[in-house]
Amino acid sequence: MTATVTRRSVLTLGAAAFVTGIVGLPARPAWSAEIADTIKEFTGGAEPQTGRVSIDAPEIAENGNTVPIGISIESPMTSDDYVADVIILAAGNPNPGVATFHFSPMSGEATAQTRMRLAKTQDIVAIAKMSDGSFYMDKRTVKVTIGGCGG
Amino acid sequence: MSIFSRREFLQVAVATAAMTGAGSLGMTRLAAQQRLTEADLLGFEPLGNVSLVHLTDIHAQIKPILFREPSVNLGIGEVSGLPPHITGEDFLKAYNIEPGTPHAYALTNVDFVSLAQSYGKLGGLDRIATVLKSIRAERGAENTLFLDGGDTWHGSYTALETKGADMVELMTALKPDAMTGHWEFTLGQDRVKELIEGLEFAFLGGNVRDTEWDEAAFESTAWFERGGVKIAVIGQAFPYTPIANPRWMIPNWSFGVREEDVQANVDKARDEGAELVVLLSHNGFDVDRKLASRVTGIDVILTGHTHDALPEPVVIGKTLLIASGSNGKFLSRIDLDVSGGEMKGWRHKLIPIFSDVITPDADMAAMIDKVRAPYEEKLNRVVGKTDSLLYRRGNFNGTFDDLICAAMLEERDAEIALSPGFRWGTSLLPGQDITEDDIFNATGMTYPATYRLPMTGQFLHEILEDVADNLFNPDPYYQQGGDMVRVGGLGYTIDIAKPIGSRISDMTLLKTGEAIDPAREYAVAGWASVNEGTEGPPIWDVVMDWVGKQGTVSLPENRAVKVVGA
Repeated sequence: MTATVTRRSVLTLGAAAFVTGIVGLPARPAWSAEIADTIKEFTGGAEPQTGRVSIDAPEIAENGNTVPIGISIESPMTSDDYVADVIILAAGNPNPGVATFHFSPMSGEATAQTRMRLAKTQDIVAIAKMSDGSFYMDKRTVKVTIGGCGG
Repeated sequence: MSIFSRREFLQVAVATAAMTGAGSLGMTRLAAQQRLTEADLLGFEPLGNVSLVHLTDIHAQIKPILFREPSVNLGIGEVSGLPPHITGEDFLKAYNIEPGTPHAYALTNVDFVSLAQSYGKLGGLDRIATVLKSIRAERGAENTLFLDGGDTWHGSYTALETKGADMVELMTALKPDAMTGHWEFTLGQDRVKELIEGLEFAFLGGNVRDTEWDEAAFESTAWFERGGVKIAVIGQAFPYTPIANPRWMIPNWSFGVREEDVQANVDKARDEGAELVVLLSHNGFDVDRKLASRVTGIDVILTGHTHDALPEPVVIGKTLLIASGSNGKFLSRIDLDVSGGEMKGWRHKLIPIFSDVITPDADMAAMIDKVRAPYEEKLNRVVGKTDSLLYRRGNFNGTFDDLICAAMLEERDAEIALSPGFRWGTSLLPGQDITEDDIFNATGMTYPATYRLPMTGQFLHEILEDVADNLFNPDPYYQQGGDMVRVGGLGYTIDIAKPIGSRISDMTLLKTGEAIDPAREYAVAGWASVNEGTEGPPIWDVVMDWVGKQGTVSLPENRAVKVVGA
């Protein structure tokens, strides 16, 4: 089974979540304090590991106003070992929170698709919280370009 | 397993004293034939059981043309200094080609003007027909696969006027087994569908999806049996068509490199018994080089889009990358020994189509004449004359682009002109007439409006940075394969090694010598905007008006763009 978030719910999530005024050290040098804080809030300070999470996104957006993004997380999705929550962040947007997905062993597999608006070229970050409390992360750069000169 | 034997080079290594002067090509037949024979060009010791023949990026050039290869074709990051990012003398050295030889002329810019007068034009679908017939006769049609890498239905007046019908008719006569596309899509999705419905061969694009259902928009794979070998040909259309070209013309199709899909299609083909897997690609060379290093199970990638002509395959892991040039200048023949589901050996030759040496196929010549006949008077109309070599290909301004920019500056009364870094467009020698045909070869396309808009200095900087990153992003998957946007009335310095946002500096308004003011608005003329509803006269009218007024044009090499970091 695949979780799908409608565009409206994405926008709602984006507007409601991840507002924070705390300034901290960024987890990655290129990221803003806001992103670092959002990640910290989600992981409770744990450093996400790489692997297991993969983001499916175009290298260059055809239309920055609606960029298709997919996530999939390797997991047996059993009651002992499953993906609990996944957040997707657009690190360069004025409001970086894009979506949060909740999964359970009943989900069967941890995959989801959504669309997001990207104001400019930036990193898309997906972090998954596993049922054992560990965190995994993937990052993809999506370029937003004026275009028009290929060929 | 070199394509041209070294011996062949020595045979043709006849010094060609500089023949300068008027650009008459009348003497080239004799000169070319003294140095080359059709047998030299077609000679090939067959190998194995399958022959692939690759033609790509002919841009509707059905008649022989002049096309100067780039003098500047920089590679960035890992591919710096690797083919195809070597040019001129370095190219000749890398491939052990004697200067002054036919192959030196066909493959590089070195001594282009004088050698063009010795060796003449290349290409012509009638000559290509002769080569194809010869290969099929020698090898057996049942053992030969002919594949077209796309950018076929665009690039000439007749292709524009007939909305690609001329090219479909002529190519159908050559009996390709499959094609993929890029500029084809600029005919608009309805026309593309209409043409594909009538095709007698497969139009492949495994990386194109329907935007509504996210389903495959085209067949990904075509199956063939040649020489007893089960062959899967997977098509890869230009991944950035809706970005580099107008998305509004193809609103229901979404593209992308989609590396995972390529791997899935290769795996599926192997599972279904493919003994040989060929990727017919319009990715561009660097994208294909990266793809070959990450996707397993592809035997041969027939690359296209970036117009590179390489006399030898580039081998990445177990995958051969074949680059067959552009504008009909070359055909690649690759003989393969496939047995037990494995490619055991190969032999390759990039065949330059010297039009004065290869006999035109009479049937195809008649078809070409018929296609052009209704327009012949218009095509042959002399608009003006050039004192300078006119060419486009190269990472930065070419003289043909400088001509187009000069026309836009004056005819549209602008301070700055922008012209897209297309890689198509043919060359003209000093002394040659400029015909309407030539102007359409450099400008003919479906979104030609020449706009005139105010742009701030800051926005101009953003445009240059943006396009530069499409060319010089160190990750090939973020490159679009065109050249740098051409500028008129503007000078700048580019450091290709820097990241986006800091490559472009010293932007100068040439008219006054003043630095570009980020806050000031400038009157900018340009063409080929990807935005719907762009207004202005078609670029060919602007160019013809200007050339007509000039009579004879003179376009010295552009000195206003300075390149560092290479």
